[in-house]
Amino acid sequence: MIELLVDNRDLFLTGFRNTILLFLLAGIGALVVGTLLAAMRVSPVPVLRLLGGGYVNIFRNTPLTLVFFFFAFAYPRLDLLDVSFFTRAVLALIVYTAAFVCEVVRSGINTVDVGQAEASRALGLTFTQTLTTIVVPQAIRSVVPPLTSVLNALLKNTTVAAGFAVAEAGQITPTLSERGASVLIGMVWIAIGFLILVIPLTATQRTLEKRWSVAR
Amino acid sequence: MSSPAKATPPMIRLVGVHKRFGSQPVLKDINLEINRGEVVVVLGPSGAGKSTLCRTINRLEPIDAGRIEIDGVALPAEGRALARLRADVGIVFQQFNLFAHKTIVQNVALAPVLVRKLGKADARQAAMQLLARVGISDQADKYPAQLSGGQQQRAAIARALAMRPKVMLFDEPTSALDPEMVQEVLDVMTSLVQEGMTMLVVTHEMGFARRAADRVVFMSVGEIVEDSPPDQFFTAPRSDRAKDFLGKILTH
Ligand SMILES: Nc1ncnc2c1ncn2[C@@H]1O[C@H](COP(=O)(O)OP(=O)(O)OP(=O)(O)O)[C@@H](O)[C@H]1O
Ligand SMILES: [Mg+2]
Repeated sequence: MIELLVDNRDLFLTGFRNTILLFLLAGIGALVVGTLLAAMRVSPVPVLRLLGGGYVNIFRNTPLTLVFFFFAFAYPRLDLLDVSFFTRAVLALIVYTAAFVCEVVRSGINTVDVGQAEASRALGLTFTQTLTTIVVPQAIRSVVPPLTSVLNALLKNTTVAAGFAVAEAGQITPTLSERGASVLIGMVWIAIGFLILVIPLTATQRTLEKRWSVAR
Repeated sequence: MSSPAKATPPMIRLVGVHKRFGSQPVLKDINLEINRGEVVVVLGPSGAGKSTLCRTINRLEPIDAGRIEIDGVALPAEGRALARLRADVGIVFQQFNLFAHKTIVQNVALAPVLVRKLGKADARQAAMQLLARVGISDQADKYPAQLSGGQQQRAAIARALAMRPKVMLFDEPTSALDPEMVQEVLDVMTSLVQEGMTMLVVTHEMGFARRAADRVVFMSVGEIVEDSPPDQFFTAPRSDRAKDFLGKILTH
């Protein structure tokens, strides 16, 4: 078994390196975009609320592969900036995952008593100040566990990028079979690889939860 | 309404204010002026619209018709101008609403730093003075949940005062308190009255209304039914609704 891993280490290394890269870039992007969307959805401006809500409803109900197809085949025809497959894969993952991040952040915001935001506004804090210094810090505690699930799903979703000819971990097995190696053993190793990637994610969640449960 | 100093506008002026929740009218044609240094106590049965009145004055609730002015300036719509005006109007809520994730002194110093752009050290020092004034400087570094209700409400008053507001609104500040803690909060409010703060106080504390109010405003189903000095209101109410209300309250 080890032999297969050693013989094809080039494959596994680039595969998992790209997976990690996809995950990190898309994860950061989705957190930023998703939080902005959540801010739109709770803002006092009706147009922003409508746009945020529309976005979430569209992308939460669209299969990820469809979003990928758009970036793979429709995007190049739009005459926009010509970007690599890898970048387009990151964009697709951000666009899709942001909708889920938005809903998690928004429901976290809803767990914070409205009196907190009211007291803040009454003191003269702006909407942004109220959100960033009063509401979000209190919402984070209840946001961490569901957010970890969203990021977990993102990690698995990076494999869809295989259809983009991005050489990430999901692309390992087809190449293995071309090389005449055992696909089954390859898949076991990939599963172990993903398991290892999930561990730091879960560990971070535990640490954060512990830290915020005492800070009160 | 001919105050001697015609040049200075009233601190609060509501003209023909209407407010509905859905199809239910909650404020009907409210006209009210509160002059500088005046203390107005608002009385009325549950559901009369007292909280709503309080909350419209700093636009926590937008109104459907009419006009509200603070110190001669019309209340702006959303945005920075509104935030600036709100900073001049302190409000104290029934449920305290202290920021749960901040210590008491942080609660008091937060807005002066973020809104008034005071230095952190200065804001903290001013906050400590205010906490001493309301008698809870020993609680400064605790979180709100670690304080008694009376202490929390005094902290909330200190937080509002930290903005050096022109006027203070109180919405039933003692209604959520255990009886033995009511007096400590009323004492702080009384000291504000003595310092000449302009105040609008919704309360069921008749003793405070008699002692501290310049005027009593009696509300019922969204209307101001009476607006008179406390002596007159308590001894000779004109309307049947006020007589009925006082009858119920005073027999308790
Ligand atoms: N956010 C809201 N949505 C719908 N109706 C509301 C809302 N807030 C208040 N109301 C209604 O408006 C009316 C007046 O409410 P308000 O809270 O101003 O009365 P109040 O005089 O403060 O009563 P209380 O003495 O019980 O505090 C009530 O009938 C109440 O049900
Ligand atoms: Mg009320």
